[in-house]
Amino acid sequence: MKRYQELPIGGVIPGGATPHLVQTGGWRSGKKPLFNEKLCVNCLLCWAHCPEATIMVERLQMRGFNYDHCKGCGICSQVCPTGAIIMVEETKNEPTPSAAKASEEVCV
Amino acid sequence: MRVATEQQLSLLTGAEAAAHAMRQINPDVVPVYPITPQTPIIETFAQFVADGLCDTEIINVESEHSAMSAAVGASCAGARVMTATSSQGLALMLEIVYIAAAMRCPIVIAIGSRALSGPINIHCDHSDSMMARDAGCVQLFAENAQEAYDLMIIAQRLAEDHRVLVPVMVMQDGFTITHSAEPVALLPDEVVKDFVGEYEPLYPLLDVDHPTTQGPFVLPDYYFELKRQQVDALDAARTVWLELQERFAEISGRRYQGFFEAYKLSDAEYVLVVLSSTAGTAKVTIDRLRRKGIKVGLVKPWVFRPFPAQEIAQALAGKRAVAVLDRAISLGSWGPLYLEISAALGRYLPKKPALYNYIYGLGGRDTPPELLASVVTDMQNEVDPTVLRYLGLRE
Repeated sequence: MKRYQELPIGGVIPGGATPHLVQTGGWRSGKKPLFNEKLCVNCLLCWAHCPEATIMVERLQMRGFNYDHCKGCGICSQVCPTGAIIMVEETKNEPTPSAAKASEEVCV
Repeated sequence: MRVATEQQLSLLTGAEAAAHAMRQINPDVVPVYPITPQTPIIETFAQFVADGLCDTEIINVESEHSAMSAAVGASCAGARVMTATSSQGLALMLEIVYIAAAMRCPIVIAIGSRALSGPINIHCDHSDSMMARDAGCVQLFAENAQEAYDLMIIAQRLAEDHRVLVPVMVMQDGFTITHSAEPVALLPDEVVKDFVGEYEPLYPLLDVDHPTTQGPFVLPDYYFELKRQQVDALDAARTVWLELQERFAEISGRRYQGFFEAYKLSDAEYVLVVLSSTAGTAKVTIDRLRRKGIKVGLVKPWVFRPFPAQEIAQALAGKRAVAVLDRAISLGSWGPLYLEISAALGRYLPKKPALYNYIYGLGGRDTPPELLASVVTDMQNEVDPTVLRYLGLRE
Protein backbone atom coordinates (compact mmCIF):
# COMPACT_ATOMS: atom_id res chain seq x y z
CA MET A 1 0.00 0.00 0.00
CA LYS A 2 1.36 3.38 -1.00
CA ARG A 3 1.89 6.32 1.36
CA TYR A 4 0.01 9.52 0.53
CA GLN A 5 3.16 11.16 -0.80
CA GLU A 6 3.56 8.40 -3.40
CA LEU A 7 0.07 8.55 -4.89
CA PRO A 8 -0.86 10.66 -7.93
CA ILE A 9 -2.92 13.62 -6.70
CA GLY A 10 -6.68 13.79 -6.85
CA GLY A 11 -7.23 10.04 -7.01
CA VAL A 12 -6.07 10.03 -10.63
CA ILE A 13 -5.16 6.57 -11.92
CA PRO A 14 -2.72 6.91 -14.83
CA GLY A 15 -3.10 4.32 -17.58
CA GLY A 16 -6.80 4.54 -18.37
CA ALA A 17 -9.53 2.03 -17.69
CA THR A 18 -9.31 -0.05 -14.52
CA PRO A 19 -12.37 -2.33 -14.23
CA HIS A 20 -10.34 -5.44 -15.11
CA LEU A 21 -8.45 -4.84 -11.84
CA VAL A 22 -11.57 -5.07 -9.68
CA GLN A 23 -13.57 -8.26 -9.13
CA THR A 24 -17.04 -6.78 -8.95
CA GLY A 25 -18.75 -10.12 -9.66
CA GLY A 26 -19.27 -10.59 -5.94
CA TRP A 27 -21.73 -7.67 -5.95
CA ARG A 28 -24.11 -9.59 -8.25
CA SER A 29 -27.34 -10.62 -6.64
CA GLY A 30 -30.41 -11.80 -8.50
CA LYS A 31 -29.94 -12.22 -12.22
CA LYS A 32 -27.00 -12.81 -14.53
CA PRO A 33 -26.75 -12.35 -18.32
CA LEU A 34 -26.78 -15.29 -20.72
CA PHE A 35 -25.60 -15.16 -24.32
CA ASN A 36 -27.26 -16.76 -27.39
CA GLU A 37 -24.52 -16.95 -30.02
CA LYS A 38 -27.01 -17.69 -32.82
CA LEU A 39 -28.74 -14.32 -32.41
CA CYS A 40 -25.60 -12.23 -31.97
CA VAL A 41 -24.58 -9.91 -34.83
CA ASN A 42 -21.37 -8.79 -33.08
CA CYS A 43 -22.37 -5.14 -32.97
CA LEU A 44 -20.55 -5.00 -29.60
CA LEU A 45 -23.00 -2.51 -28.11
CA CYS A 46 -22.87 -4.71 -25.00
CA TRP A 47 -19.10 -4.25 -24.82
CA ALA A 48 -19.40 -0.48 -25.26
CA HIS A 49 -22.07 -0.11 -22.58
CA CYS A 50 -20.86 -2.57 -19.96
CA PRO A 51 -19.50 -0.53 -17.02
CA GLU A 52 -17.14 -3.36 -16.05
CA ALA A 53 -14.76 -5.67 -17.89
CA THR A 54 -17.38 -8.37 -18.30
CA ILE A 55 -17.90 -8.71 -22.05
CA MET A 56 -15.27 -11.01 -23.52
CA VAL A 57 -14.30 -10.12 -27.09
CA GLU A 58 -11.85 -11.87 -29.37
CA ARG A 59 -11.07 -10.54 -32.85
CA LEU A 60 -14.18 -8.33 -32.77
CA GLN A 61 -16.35 -11.36 -31.91
CA MET A 62 -18.51 -11.46 -28.78
CA ARG A 63 -17.42 -14.53 -26.80
CA GLY A 64 -19.57 -14.36 -23.66
CA PHE A 65 -19.18 -13.02 -20.12
CA ASN A 66 -16.49 -12.96 -17.49
CA TYR A 67 -18.69 -13.34 -14.41
CA ASP A 68 -15.84 -12.31 -12.07
CA HIS A 69 -16.63 -8.74 -13.14
CA CYS A 70 -20.38 -8.87 -13.85
CA LYS A 71 -22.50 -6.95 -11.31
CA GLY A 72 -25.72 -8.17 -12.93
CA CYS A 73 -26.84 -4.65 -13.87
CA GLY A 74 -28.50 -5.88 -17.08
CA ILE A 75 -27.43 -2.97 -19.27
CA CYS A 76 -26.04 -5.41 -21.88
CA SER A 77 -29.42 -7.09 -22.31
CA GLN A 78 -31.13 -3.70 -22.52
CA VAL A 79 -28.88 -2.42 -25.31
CA CYS A 80 -28.70 -5.70 -27.27
CA PRO A 81 -30.68 -5.04 -30.50
CA THR A 82 -31.28 -8.73 -31.34
CA GLY A 83 -32.21 -10.25 -27.97
CA ALA A 84 -29.04 -12.30 -27.90
CA ILE A 85 -28.51 -11.39 -24.24
CA ILE A 86 -31.12 -12.17 -21.62
CA MET A 87 -31.04 -11.93 -17.84
CA VAL A 88 -31.73 -15.19 -16.00
CA GLU A 89 -31.64 -16.48 -12.43
CA GLU A 90 -28.14 -17.32 -11.17
CA THR A 91 -28.94 -21.06 -11.12
CA LYS A 92 -29.90 -21.29 -14.81
CA ASN A 93 -27.26 -21.98 -17.43
CA GLU A 94 -29.24 -21.72 -20.67
CA PRO A 95 -31.98 -19.48 -21.98
CA THR A 96 -35.44 -20.86 -21.27
CA PRO A 97 -37.32 -22.02 -24.39
CA SER A 98 -39.86 -19.24 -24.02
CA ALA A 99 -37.14 -16.60 -23.62
CA ALA A 100 -35.30 -17.99 -26.62
CA LYS A 101 -38.49 -17.93 -28.62
CA ALA A 102 -39.16 -14.33 -27.61
CA SER A 103 -35.63 -13.48 -28.61
CA GLU A 104 -36.10 -15.01 -32.02
CA GLU A 105 -39.22 -12.97 -32.53
CA VAL A 106 -37.34 -9.80 -31.68
CA CYS A 107 -34.67 -10.87 -34.13
CA VAL A 108 -37.23 -11.19 -36.91
CA MET B 1 8.38 39.71 -17.17
CA ARG B 2 6.06 42.44 -18.40
CA VAL B 3 5.49 45.29 -15.97
CA ALA B 4 2.77 47.91 -16.01
CA THR B 5 4.39 51.25 -16.76
CA GLU B 6 1.19 53.17 -16.34
CA GLN B 7 -2.22 52.19 -15.09
CA GLN B 8 -5.29 54.13 -15.97
CA LEU B 9 -7.93 54.56 -13.30
CA SER B 10 -11.37 53.42 -14.38
CA LEU B 11 -14.64 53.95 -12.54
CA LEU B 12 -15.80 50.36 -11.99
CA THR B 13 -18.00 48.37 -9.68
CA GLY B 14 -16.43 45.41 -7.93
CA ALA B 15 -18.38 43.12 -10.24
CA GLU B 16 -17.07 44.91 -13.32
CA ALA B 17 -13.55 44.83 -11.93
CA ALA B 18 -13.79 41.05 -11.46
CA ALA B 19 -15.18 40.71 -15.00
CA HIS B 20 -12.22 42.70 -16.37
CA ALA B 21 -9.86 40.32 -14.60
CA MET B 22 -11.70 37.40 -16.22
CA ARG B 23 -11.50 39.08 -19.64
CA GLN B 24 -7.75 39.55 -19.28
CA ILE B 25 -7.23 36.02 -17.97
CA ASN B 26 -9.35 34.72 -20.89
CA PRO B 27 -10.38 31.34 -19.44
CA ASP B 28 -11.25 28.51 -21.84
CA VAL B 29 -14.57 27.69 -20.22
CA VAL B 30 -16.95 29.57 -17.89
CA PRO B 31 -20.04 27.56 -16.89
CA VAL B 32 -22.30 29.88 -14.93
CA TYR B 33 -25.78 30.49 -13.60
CA PRO B 34 -27.01 33.96 -12.58
CA ILE B 35 -27.72 34.91 -8.98
CA THR B 36 -27.88 38.24 -7.17
CA PRO B 37 -25.50 39.90 -6.35
CA GLN B 38 -23.01 37.99 -8.49
CA THR B 39 -24.96 38.44 -11.74
CA PRO B 40 -23.23 41.66 -12.90
CA ILE B 41 -19.90 39.78 -12.87
CA ILE B 42 -21.00 37.25 -15.46
CA GLU B 43 -23.26 39.78 -17.22
CA THR B 44 -20.29 42.08 -17.82
CA PHE B 45 -18.06 39.17 -18.76
CA ALA B 46 -20.63 37.76 -21.19
CA GLN B 47 -20.71 41.17 -22.89
CA PHE B 48 -16.91 41.07 -23.25
CA VAL B 49 -17.18 37.63 -24.86
CA ALA B 50 -20.02 38.79 -27.15
CA ASP B 51 -17.89 41.77 -28.17
CA GLY B 52 -15.05 39.43 -29.11
CA LEU B 53 -12.69 40.74 -26.43
CA CYS B 54 -11.96 37.21 -25.27
CA ASP B 55 -12.78 33.80 -26.70
CA THR B 56 -14.11 31.97 -23.68
CA GLU B 57 -16.79 29.32 -24.09
CA ILE B 58 -19.59 30.37 -21.73
CA ILE B 59 -21.88 27.48 -20.85
CA ASN B 60 -25.33 28.59 -19.72
CA VAL B 61 -26.40 25.80 -17.42
CA GLU B 62 -29.63 25.10 -15.56
CA SER B 63 -28.31 25.50 -12.00
CA GLU B 64 -25.18 26.14 -9.97
CA HIS B 65 -24.90 22.41 -9.31
CA SER B 66 -24.59 21.98 -13.07
CA ALA B 67 -22.27 25.00 -13.33
CA MET B 68 -19.73 23.42 -11.00
CA SER B 69 -20.25 19.98 -12.56
CA ALA B 70 -19.47 21.42 -15.99
CA ALA B 71 -16.52 23.29 -14.50
CA VAL B 72 -15.09 20.06 -13.07
CA GLY B 73 -15.54 18.27 -16.40
CA ALA B 74 -13.88 21.06 -18.35
CA SER B 75 -11.07 21.36 -15.83
CA CYS B 76 -10.37 17.61 -15.95
CA ALA B 77 -10.32 17.86 -19.74
CA GLY B 78 -7.47 20.36 -19.31
CA ALA B 79 -9.25 23.69 -19.66
CA ARG B 80 -8.71 26.86 -17.64
CA VAL B 81 -12.06 27.34 -15.91
CA MET B 82 -13.70 30.13 -13.93
CA THR B 83 -17.20 30.65 -12.59
CA ALA B 84 -19.07 32.94 -10.20
CA THR B 85 -21.86 32.63 -7.67
CA SER B 86 -23.43 33.83 -4.41
CA SER B 87 -25.34 32.52 -1.42
CA GLN B 88 -27.89 29.87 -2.44
CA GLY B 89 -25.94 29.34 -5.64
CA LEU B 90 -22.86 28.40 -3.65
CA ALA B 91 -25.01 26.22 -1.41
CA LEU B 92 -26.31 24.33 -4.44
CA MET B 93 -22.83 24.20 -5.93
CA LEU B 94 -21.18 23.03 -2.76
CA GLU B 95 -21.55 19.29 -3.28
CA ILE B 96 -19.46 19.61 -6.42
CA VAL B 97 -17.07 22.18 -4.93
CA TYR B 98 -15.87 19.46 -2.55
CA ILE B 99 -15.39 17.18 -5.56
CA ALA B 100 -13.58 19.89 -7.53
CA ALA B 101 -11.18 20.34 -4.62
CA ALA B 102 -10.67 16.59 -4.20
CA MET B 103 -10.12 16.12 -7.96
CA ARG B 104 -7.64 19.00 -7.74
CA CYS B 105 -9.35 21.23 -10.29
CA PRO B 106 -7.88 24.75 -10.22
CA ILE B 107 -11.19 26.54 -10.81
CA VAL B 108 -11.40 30.20 -9.80
CA ILE B 109 -14.79 31.07 -8.29
CA ALA B 110 -15.78 34.73 -7.91
CA ILE B 111 -18.21 35.15 -5.01
CA GLY B 112 -20.47 38.12 -4.39
CA SER B 113 -20.98 37.49 -0.67
CA ARG B 114 -24.63 37.22 0.31
CA ALA B 115 -26.56 35.89 3.28
CA LEU B 116 -27.87 32.36 3.07
CA SER B 117 -31.60 31.78 3.30
CA GLY B 118 -33.55 31.61 5.49
CA PRO B 119 -35.12 33.93 5.88
CA ILE B 120 -34.48 34.78 2.26
CA ASN B 121 -32.33 37.88 1.86
CA ILE B 122 -30.15 39.18 -0.96
CA HIS B 123 -27.72 41.37 1.00
CA CYS B 124 -24.22 40.82 2.24
CA ASP B 125 -22.91 38.61 4.94
CA HIS B 126 -20.33 35.85 4.87
CA SER B 127 -22.53 32.87 5.69
CA ASP B 128 -22.13 31.56 2.12
CA SER B 129 -18.34 31.45 2.00
CA MET B 130 -18.10 30.31 5.64
CA MET B 131 -20.39 27.39 4.78
CA ALA B 132 -17.77 26.41 2.17
CA ARG B 133 -14.74 26.87 4.39
CA ASP B 134 -14.03 23.15 4.84
CA ALA B 135 -14.42 22.24 1.15
CA GLY B 136 -10.69 22.31 0.39
CA CYS B 137 -10.53 25.60 -1.53
CA VAL B 138 -8.30 28.59 -1.00
CA GLN B 139 -10.50 31.48 0.20
CA LEU B 140 -9.48 35.09 -0.42
CA PHE B 141 -11.44 38.12 0.84
CA ALA B 142 -11.30 41.48 -0.98
CA GLU B 143 -11.96 44.76 0.81
CA ASN B 144 -12.83 46.79 -2.30
CA ALA B 145 -13.09 46.65 -6.08
CA GLN B 146 -9.34 47.09 -6.56
CA GLU B 147 -8.59 44.13 -4.32
CA ALA B 148 -11.33 42.08 -6.01
CA TYR B 149 -9.60 42.70 -9.36
CA ASP B 150 -6.09 42.03 -8.06
CA LEU B 151 -7.06 38.92 -6.11
CA MET B 152 -8.83 37.39 -9.12
CA ILE B 153 -5.60 37.65 -11.11
CA ILE B 154 -3.45 36.30 -8.29
CA ALA B 155 -6.03 33.55 -7.68
CA GLN B 156 -5.69 32.14 -11.19
CA ARG B 157 -1.94 31.71 -10.89
CA LEU B 158 -2.27 30.42 -7.32
CA ALA B 159 -4.87 27.80 -8.24
CA GLU B 160 -2.89 26.52 -11.22
CA ASP B 161 0.49 26.24 -9.52
CA HIS B 162 1.35 22.54 -9.56
CA ARG B 163 2.12 22.61 -5.84
CA VAL B 164 -1.46 23.77 -5.19
CA LEU B 165 -4.06 22.71 -7.82
CA VAL B 166 -7.22 23.44 -5.84
CA PRO B 167 -10.13 25.82 -6.49
CA VAL B 168 -9.74 29.40 -5.27
CA MET B 169 -12.73 31.47 -4.13
CA VAL B 170 -12.43 35.25 -4.34
CA MET B 171 -14.99 36.98 -2.12
CA GLN B 172 -16.23 40.53 -2.51
CA ASP B 173 -19.10 41.86 -0.41
CA GLY B 174 -22.43 41.71 -2.22
CA PHE B 175 -23.81 45.13 -3.24
CA THR B 176 -21.37 47.01 -0.96
CA ILE B 177 -18.60 46.14 -3.41
CA THR B 178 -20.22 44.27 -6.32
CA HIS B 179 -22.56 47.18 -7.12
CA SER B 180 -20.58 50.21 -5.90
CA ALA B 181 -18.40 52.07 -8.38
CA GLU B 182 -14.96 53.28 -7.35
CA PRO B 183 -11.68 54.04 -9.11
CA VAL B 184 -9.86 50.85 -10.09
CA ALA B 185 -6.40 50.66 -11.66
CA LEU B 186 -6.51 48.02 -14.39
CA LEU B 187 -3.27 46.45 -15.55
CA PRO B 188 -2.58 46.35 -19.29
CA ASP B 189 -3.98 43.16 -20.85
CA GLU B 190 -0.59 41.82 -21.89
CA VAL B 191 0.81 42.27 -18.36
CA VAL B 192 -2.02 40.15 -16.93
CA LYS B 193 -1.65 37.54 -19.68
CA ASP B 194 2.07 37.32 -18.97
CA PHE B 195 1.46 37.04 -15.20
CA VAL B 196 -1.09 34.23 -15.40
CA GLY B 197 0.66 32.45 -18.28
CA GLU B 198 -0.71 29.28 -19.84
CA TYR B 199 -2.38 26.62 -17.69
CA GLU B 200 -0.45 23.37 -17.84
CA PRO B 201 -2.77 20.61 -16.61
CA LEU B 202 -1.14 17.58 -15.00
CA TYR B 203 -3.54 14.92 -16.29
CA PRO B 204 -5.71 16.39 -19.08
CA LEU B 205 -8.37 13.90 -20.14
CA LEU B 206 -8.09 15.16 -23.72
CA ASP B 207 -4.53 13.84 -23.83
CA VAL B 208 -5.73 10.51 -25.25
CA ASP B 209 -2.18 9.23 -25.65
CA HIS B 210 -1.91 9.25 -21.84
CA PRO B 211 -5.29 7.95 -20.64
CA THR B 212 -6.24 8.34 -16.99
CA THR B 213 -9.10 7.33 -14.74
CA GLN B 214 -10.36 10.36 -12.81
CA GLY B 215 -12.74 10.58 -9.90
CA PRO B 216 -12.72 6.86 -9.08
CA PHE B 217 -14.58 5.24 -6.21
CA VAL B 218 -12.14 5.23 -3.31
CA LEU B 219 -12.56 2.83 -0.41
CA PRO B 220 -11.18 3.03 3.15
CA ASP B 221 -7.79 1.83 1.91
CA TYR B 222 -7.01 5.09 0.02
CA TYR B 223 -9.56 7.82 0.96
CA PHE B 224 -7.57 8.97 4.01
CA GLU B 225 -4.36 9.33 1.98
CA LEU B 226 -6.09 11.41 -0.71
CA LYS B 227 -7.56 13.76 1.92
CA ARG B 228 -4.08 14.12 3.42
CA GLN B 229 -2.81 15.25 0.00
CA GLN B 230 -5.35 18.09 0.10
CA VAL B 231 -3.82 19.24 3.40
CA ASP B 232 -0.47 19.52 1.63
CA ALA B 233 -2.07 21.43 -1.25
CA LEU B 234 -3.43 24.10 1.09
CA ASP B 235 -0.14 24.26 2.98
CA ALA B 236 1.63 24.81 -0.34
CA ALA B 237 -0.86 27.57 -1.15
CA ARG B 238 0.67 29.56 1.72
CA THR B 239 4.12 29.44 0.11
CA VAL B 240 2.82 30.13 -3.39
CA TRP B 241 0.67 33.04 -2.17
CA LEU B 242 3.74 34.71 -0.65
CA GLU B 243 5.75 34.15 -3.84
CA LEU B 244 2.96 35.51 -6.03
CA GLN B 245 2.48 38.69 -4.06
CA GLU B 246 6.14 39.50 -4.69
CA ARG B 247 5.62 38.94 -8.42
CA PHE B 248 2.36 40.86 -8.36
CA ALA B 249 4.01 43.79 -6.60
CA GLU B 250 6.64 43.88 -9.34
CA ILE B 251 4.10 44.08 -12.15
CA SER B 252 1.53 46.31 -10.47
CA GLY B 253 3.21 48.28 -7.72
CA ARG B 254 0.51 47.01 -5.35
CA ARG B 255 1.90 44.87 -2.55
CA TYR B 256 -0.19 42.39 -0.62
CA GLN B 257 2.29 41.91 2.22
CA GLY B 258 1.74 38.65 4.10
CA PHE B 259 -1.61 37.03 4.71
CA PHE B 260 -3.39 40.06 6.13
CA GLU B 261 -3.27 43.82 6.01
CA ALA B 262 -2.01 45.31 9.26
CA TYR B 263 -3.36 48.84 9.62
CA LYS B 264 -1.78 50.98 12.38
CA LEU B 265 -1.12 47.73 14.18
CA SER B 266 2.45 47.98 15.48
CA ASP B 267 1.80 50.33 18.41
CA ALA B 268 -1.89 49.44 18.86
CA GLU B 269 -3.20 48.39 22.28
CA TYR B 270 -6.61 47.44 20.92
CA VAL B 271 -7.13 45.52 17.70
CA LEU B 272 -10.11 44.95 15.45
CA VAL B 273 -10.02 41.84 13.21
CA VAL B 274 -12.44 41.93 10.32
CA LEU B 275 -12.77 40.62 6.75
CA SER B 276 -13.72 42.46 3.56
CA SER B 277 -15.41 45.81 3.10
CA THR B 278 -16.02 46.49 6.80
CA ALA B 279 -12.24 46.80 7.09
CA GLY B 280 -12.64 50.10 5.22
CA THR B 281 -15.11 51.31 7.85
CA ALA B 282 -12.72 50.08 10.53
CA LYS B 283 -9.87 52.18 9.10
CA VAL B 284 -12.02 55.32 9.26
CA THR B 285 -13.01 54.45 12.82
CA ILE B 286 -9.40 53.81 13.81
CA ASP B 287 -8.28 57.16 12.37
CA ARG B 288 -10.99 58.95 14.39
CA LEU B 289 -10.14 57.12 17.61
CA ARG B 290 -6.42 57.73 17.18
CA ARG B 291 -7.10 61.47 16.94
CA LYS B 292 -8.52 61.06 20.45
CA GLY B 293 -5.35 59.30 21.53
CA ILE B 294 -6.75 55.76 21.61
CA LYS B 295 -4.27 53.31 20.12
CA VAL B 296 -6.33 51.06 17.88
CA GLY B 297 -5.18 48.93 14.95
CA LEU B 298 -6.65 46.55 12.41
CA VAL B 299 -5.95 43.04 11.13
CA LYS B 300 -7.73 42.41 7.82
CA PRO B 301 -7.07 38.88 6.57
CA TRP B 302 -6.97 38.46 2.79
CA VAL B 303 -6.49 34.74 3.19
CA PHE B 304 -9.01 32.79 5.28
CA ARG B 305 -8.13 29.36 3.86
CA PRO B 306 -5.40 28.30 4.40
CA PHE B 307 -5.83 30.11 7.73
CA PRO B 308 -2.66 32.04 8.71
CA ALA B 309 -2.94 31.05 12.38
CA GLN B 310 0.66 31.51 13.47
CA GLU B 311 1.12 34.82 11.63
CA ILE B 312 -2.05 36.31 13.11
CA ALA B 313 -1.22 35.04 16.60
CA GLN B 314 2.21 36.68 16.36
CA ALA B 315 0.66 39.93 15.15
CA LEU B 316 -1.68 39.95 18.17
CA ALA B 317 0.99 39.09 20.76
CA GLY B 318 1.32 41.71 23.48
CA LYS B 319 -1.92 43.50 22.63
CA ARG B 320 -4.23 44.50 25.47
CA ALA B 321 -7.45 43.33 23.78
CA VAL B 322 -8.60 42.00 20.42
CA ALA B 323 -12.16 42.07 19.03
CA VAL B 324 -12.95 39.69 16.20
CA LEU B 325 -15.88 40.84 14.08
CA ASP B 326 -17.74 38.05 12.32
CA ARG B 327 -20.24 38.58 9.51
CA ALA B 328 -21.47 35.01 9.92
CA ILE B 329 -22.33 32.82 12.85
CA SER B 330 -21.79 29.14 13.39
CA LEU B 331 -25.20 28.67 15.01
CA GLY B 332 -24.79 26.86 18.30
CA SER B 333 -21.24 28.18 18.54
CA TRP B 334 -19.56 31.57 17.89
CA GLY B 335 -18.25 33.37 14.81
CA PRO B 336 -16.05 31.32 12.48
CA LEU B 337 -13.25 33.91 12.30
CA TYR B 338 -13.25 34.18 16.10
CA LEU B 339 -13.02 30.41 16.46
CA GLU B 340 -9.94 30.36 14.21
CA ILE B 341 -8.23 33.18 16.06
CA SER B 342 -9.13 31.80 19.47
CA ALA B 343 -7.55 28.50 18.46
CA ALA B 344 -4.51 30.31 17.02
CA LEU B 345 -3.90 32.28 20.23
CA GLY B 346 -4.33 29.13 22.30
CA ARG B 347 -1.82 27.27 20.15
CA TYR B 348 0.89 29.90 19.79
CA LEU B 349 0.72 32.47 22.61
CA PRO B 350 1.55 31.70 26.26
CA LYS B 351 0.13 35.09 27.30
CA LYS B 352 -3.02 36.00 25.42
CA PRO B 353 -4.78 39.31 24.91
CA ALA B 354 -8.43 39.53 26.02
CA LEU B 355 -10.36 38.18 23.05
CA TYR B 356 -13.86 39.32 22.14
CA ASN B 357 -16.30 38.19 19.46
CA TYR B 358 -18.93 40.39 17.85
CA ILE B 359 -21.43 39.21 15.25
CA TYR B 360 -22.26 42.07 12.88
CA GLY B 361 -23.93 42.88 9.59
CA LEU B 362 -26.01 39.72 9.11
CA GLY B 363 -28.32 39.95 6.11
CA GLY B 364 -26.77 43.27 5.06
CA ARG B 365 -27.34 45.13 8.36
CA ASP B 366 -25.38 48.40 8.19
CA THR B 367 -22.30 48.73 10.39
CA PRO B 368 -21.32 52.40 10.68
CA PRO B 369 -18.12 53.68 12.36
CA GLU B 370 -20.01 54.48 15.58
CA LEU B 371 -20.75 50.80 16.09
CA LEU B 372 -17.12 49.84 15.55
CA ALA B 373 -16.08 52.58 17.98
CA SER B 374 -18.43 51.06 20.57
CA VAL B 375 -16.45 47.82 20.29
CA VAL B 376 -13.27 49.68 21.22
CA THR B 377 -15.11 51.31 24.16
CA ASP B 378 -16.18 47.84 25.32
CA MET B 379 -12.54 46.70 25.18
CA GLN B 380 -11.42 49.75 27.15
CA ASN B 381 -14.10 48.99 29.76
CA GLU B 382 -12.90 45.38 29.95
CA VAL B 383 -16.37 43.92 29.45
CA ASP B 384 -16.80 40.18 29.92
CA PRO B 385 -15.03 38.34 27.04
CA THR B 386 -16.98 35.13 27.71
CA VAL B 387 -20.14 36.68 26.28
CA LEU B 388 -20.86 36.60 22.54
CA ARG B 389 -21.94 40.10 21.50
CA TYR B 390 -23.97 41.47 18.61
CA LEU B 391 -23.43 44.79 16.82
CA GLY B 392 -26.42 46.76 15.61
CA LEU B 393 -28.93 44.19 16.80
CA ARG B 394 -32.16 45.35 18.45
CA GLU B 395 -32.10 43.55 21.79
